[in-house]
Amino acid sequence: MSEPQPRPSLIGDSLAQVGALGLFLLSVLAAVPRSLRYFAETVRQVFFVGAMSLVIIMTCGLFIGLVLGLQLYEVLSRFGSTASVGTVVAIALYRELGPVVTALLFAGRAGTSITAEIGLMRATDQLAAMEMMAVDPMAYVVAPRFLAGIVAMPLLASIFNALAIFGAHTVAVTWLGLDNGTFWSNMTGAVDVWTDVMNGVWKSTVFGGVVTLVATYQGYTTAPTSEGVAYATTRTVVSSSILTLAIDFLMTAFLM
Amino acid sequence: MTAVSTTSTDALVSIRGLRTKLGDKVIFDGVELDIPRGSVTAVMGPSGTGKTTLLRHITGQLRPDAGSIVVDGRELATLDRDGLFDLRERIGYLFQNSALLTDFTVFENVAFPLRQHARLPEELIRNIVLPKLQAVGLRGAAELMPAELSGGMARRVALARAIVRDPMLLIYDEPFVGLDPIALNQVLKLIRTLNHTLGLTSIVVAHELAAVSRVADHIYLLAAGKVAAHGAPDQISRGETEWTRQFFGGEADGPVPFHYPARDYAADLGFTQERA
Amino acid sequence: MTQRRNHQIGTGLFIVLGFAALGYLATQTTSLANYRQGPTYALKARFTNIGQLKLRAPVKIAGVRIGSVSDIQLEPDRLEALVTLAIDNRYNQLPDDSAASVFTSGLLGDQYVALKPGGSPELFKDGDEIILTQSSVQLEELIGKYLVGSGDTPAKKPAEPESASKQGEKP
Ligand SMILES: Nc1ncnc2c1ncn2[C@@H]1O[C@H](COP(=O)(O)OP(=O)(O)O)[C@@H](O)[C@H]1O
Ligand SMILES: [Mg+2]
Repeated sequence: MSEPQPRPSLIGDSLAQVGALGLFLLSVLAAVPRSLRYFAETVRQVFFVGAMSLVIIMTCGLFIGLVLGLQLYEVLSRFGSTASVGTVVAIALYRELGPVVTALLFAGRAGTSITAEIGLMRATDQLAAMEMMAVDPMAYVVAPRFLAGIVAMPLLASIFNALAIFGAHTVAVTWLGLDNGTFWSNMTGAVDVWTDVMNGVWKSTVFGGVVTLVATYQGYTTAPTSEGVAYATTRTVVSSSILTLAIDFLMTAFLM
Repeated sequence: MTAVSTTSTDALVSIRGLRTKLGDKVIFDGVELDIPRGSVTAVMGPSGTGKTTLLRHITGQLRPDAGSIVVDGRELATLDRDGLFDLRERIGYLFQNSALLTDFTVFENVAFPLRQHARLPEELIRNIVLPKLQAVGLRGAAELMPAELSGGMARRVALARAIVRDPMLLIYDEPFVGLDPIALNQVLKLIRTLNHTLGLTSIVVAHELAAVSRVADHIYLLAAGKVAAHGAPDQISRGETEWTRQFFGGEADGPVPFHYPARDYAADLGFTQERA
Repeated sequence: MTQRRNHQIGTGLFIVLGFAALGYLATQTTSLANYRQGPTYALKARFTNIGQLKLRAPVKIAGVRIGSVSDIQLEPDRLEALVTLAIDNRYNQLPDDSAASVFTSGLLGDQYVALKPGGSPELFKDGDEIILTQSSVQLEELIGKYLVGSGDTPAKKPAEPESASKQGEKP
């Protein structure tokens, strides 16, 4: 430790990022009560981050389900337990794949557009204009998107899961000939509402907050240039994906 | 809030000893400035002198390093967020680049300040917004999106938005840029009319001396972080100081450097060896 | 304005769709699906070993679900499992000599209670006990029995998977 040479420290930078994000979270939370008067704006944002993400979420859910059905049927048939395809698919989806994959897709679809939108608002002085019209951008722009993410993510993850179950059912039952009753009765026998379905719902709620928090933070603090916006958009995907997976691990390890 | 408030002078805005540094650059170094009530005051100066920064100080978007800024009798440094917002509700601000909200129509942009601060019936909102759009000649464009407007049209929409709540202070940051002569004439007339009929105070930042002379009661000329000259338009344009002569004569050399500080030109081009 | 209206409608549809999906997943793909709305009546059955049988496991006749396991207790005196079955009232025509077994669905699947109808003219009533029961078949025991040989552990408790039938009378 004799050299006081400043070198780029990945850990230090990450910590600083997390700290700045934490402070931003506090100011978002402080703005939430004030944002309630812009309820219509929150509704509009649920449309943009939620309804507009439906196509990608449904398509990917279906394909994930198809793949899971194929893979698990093949693997489980080695143990003579193809009856458990439904169970394994459902548990894997509810507990992990649904919340995590939806969050990653959500970061790519909704997170980037939130960052780009807020970044451009910054670059074109729209945020300053709101300040000048005595409208707090934290309450009018940031908080509604944050709330919309929290509302939309669990719903998106549920839709994703439903489509994936449908896909797995199509493969296992319709194509590969597993008995329909076996598929469902094994699933209903083993899957629990609270430990499986609701766990996934809590996770995806948290992930929705994480992704929109990162996205709004990156947009809000972006350098007001086209380059800055492009860079911020990339960082939204990278940071929110890493944060999502890290928090997923923590939640799985300590809370569930 | 009455028109007469507790300032001893008749200044709506009064700035004393303003000092600001942005990054490493000293923007203001002891600016003293008064904006009289009910007048049109122009702030002129070479680009990059900090005219926009001055406006950001006056509206509390940016805190100075030192000095006092009093707007309508209130020292900005003592105001919290709510206090600032209260003040800003009575200030109209026309941004240099219009800053229209891109996902609202022209009508909704102008209606935005109304909708955010009061729950008004739709009919009343139309009755307030349409006359403002008519005044800037864009009532027919009410349903267009900002992306469909030219720069000059967007400026006029932004002007309509700035005046929609009948502010006490109206701030224009370079309102004449990008306007064709007809629109320019209309906007000049509008600034005058607003000032005289509504009795509001205006601050106009601009470069165009001809245009400014037609509306302004006072001109402040900023240069090198200080007020270089101030007075009535004819007084200023007669050019009694070196600053004004250079600025209005448009000469590159003089007390205001046209060139951004740089290394020796010949050395930069590699003609001479630079001495270490 | 119409645009704002459309957004509100779109948001509404999205939220309805999302909650419909969640509601479907929560009620139709989990053990909640096994709760029957209709009224049930209780039957009891004793087993020496219930294996992995769990609460809410299905009760089936001929592979058709007719109810679920509603309670599992260890009887302190006899050291046997007392299992209570909640049977749909629709299926109230079960002969009172029907037999109950704990089966496994597939090789590694979950366990359930299978009822094999008898021929008695008398029918089960609420609270009756199923006399003929057969305990869970333990994989390890099967392996021990058939792989290693049948007479290997006479000292241990007879690991007979079947014939755990109880003839113990009960009032
Ligand atoms: N955030 C900032 N950080 C550092 N320098 C800035 C910042 N904003 C503006 N400046 C500098 O301040 C000076 C004045 O800017 P501005 O007020 O926009 O000038 P103008 O008189 O043209 O409106 C410019 O030289 C600009 O480079
Ligand atoms: Mg400027």
